[in-house]
Amino acid sequence: MIGAGFLYGVAGLTFVAFAILSAGDRANPRRWGNAAFYALLATSFLGGDRIGDIGNGVLVIGLVAIAGLGLMGRSARATTDAATRADEAARRGNRLFLPALVIPVTALGGTLLFWAVPGLVDPKQVTLVALSLGVLIALGIGYAWLRPGIATPYAEGVRLMDAVGWAAVLPQMLASLGALFALAGVGGVVGGLAGQAIPTGSLIGAVLAYTIGMAAFTMVMGNAFAAFPVMTAAIGVPLLMRHYGGDPAVVAAIGMLAGFCGTLMTPMAANFNLVPAALLDLKDRYAVIRAQWPTALPLLAVNVALLYWLGFR
Amino acid sequence: MLVLAGIAVIVAGFLLRFNPLLVVAVSALVTGLAAGLPATTILAAFGKAFNDNRFVSVIYIVLPVIGLLERHGLQARARTAIARLRGATAGRLLIGYLLLRQLTAALGLTSIAGPAQSVRPLVAPMAQAAAEAQGLAPGDERVAAMAAATDNIGLFFGEDIFIAIGSILLMKGVLEGYGLSIQPLHLSMWAIPTAIAAFLIHALRLWWLDRRIARR
Repeated sequence: MIGAGFLYGVAGLTFVAFAILSAGDRANPRRWGNAAFYALLATSFLGGDRIGDIGNGVLVIGLVAIAGLGLMGRSARATTDAATRADEAARRGNRLFLPALVIPVTALGGTLLFWAVPGLVDPKQVTLVALSLGVLIALGIGYAWLRPGIATPYAEGVRLMDAVGWAAVLPQMLASLGALFALAGVGGVVGGLAGQAIPTGSLIGAVLAYTIGMAAFTMVMGNAFAAFPVMTAAIGVPLLMRHYGGDPAVVAAIGMLAGFCGTLMTPMAANFNLVPAALLDLKDRYAVIRAQWPTALPLLAVNVALLYWLGFR
Repeated sequence: MLVLAGIAVIVAGFLLRFNPLLVVAVSALVTGLAAGLPATTILAAFGKAFNDNRFVSVIYIVLPVIGLLERHGLQARARTAIARLRGATAGRLLIGYLLLRQLTAALGLTSIAGPAQSVRPLVAPMAQAAAEAQGLAPGDERVAAMAAATDNIGLFFGEDIFIAIGSILLMKGVLEGYGLSIQPLHLSMWAIPTAIAAFLIHALRLWWLDRRIARR
């Protein structure tokens, strides 16, 4: 069955290529830092299941040391200039969109196909496997049509990867921190505090504490999934569902969405908020958060109202 | 109470602008020590979780394709295509993208778009080109940031309508722990009112964006 092994194989080999190209990138004064960082990620993808938990922990310390000591730079590799690109864009026309569109179309078609034909692909990884297939097909089309050198796509890939830099593993680091918080019982303590903060006998007070608590704890954890079990245990089940008789489906669904409003406003949700700013080369790394909070705050207020009106009929 | 020290480390670390990877690692160490865990247990737990979460970082395999296409003029073509479209404005383009992203995410197709797959190569240059034609100063980053924001908002407030998405399964699992059996369909149904509100609020802001650009 095709599953995680295939995904991590493709990802691992991609990072091997990034590491080799970074090591030879003489225009980048910190090329060895970049090469080591990508080599560690390649090791994680290709050998993470074989080096044990402590081994993975040491690998993480290596990544943190490279990032924390500022050992990574940016590739200054030559690419095509704006005039060449405009020229080629005019010559090749809208066909340039085709390889880019192959990726989502394969992801869509593959997902539907793998659902229809079970047993072919690990059900937990269906979409990611289909997406990777799309990437490989698009890359094949790119090689056949544009005739780049064998390493050129990866050299261009390193240029984009360097723009993201160490922020690339921040999402994975934060997910791991969430696991450690769970092990240490942080959720229970926060939930207890939130439970104490509610005025007794006030439904709107409980609704506000639950929704705002979801958003706030999500901002700290960077992930509504970590906040949900905590706030459900502290306020959702004992107060909203049992004491006030709220509909569990409404309380849970709208509580989770209140948490998503928090995700829009925090640098802890690095993959959504910091990585895109890096990918787009924005000077302000919080620019995406600044663009999001004016939508997130009114939407949080809407969620409070929706839960209050729909949850307790 | 002591285990909350890790949260304090996170907040202080981000405010003081230390390297976030370092902040996260120190927070994990402080939290573990405050809970009375030995250092090797903390290291092993963090390493295991890091290994289990590798799928989060698989998306970077898309960069070589995007880089290659950019080298051959993809972004330039995206700008030309939008310039030829009569009546295309940054706001209208992003409203269309918001709707598309919400609808596809509601069908479970969350990975077909994203910051690397669609925003950087297509949506951001198109929105930027449209905005510059409307009179936005080149180098103004607000429209590009808004393109990334629109992608996130469309994803978040579309995906919860799909019954087999992770968050729905998590809610079902947590509630079952309290003896409450809920159908995924009920959970996804109650995500629809918020999804509509998210579209209205953000579309209003995008319409506003067009007016703000036009005024200058």
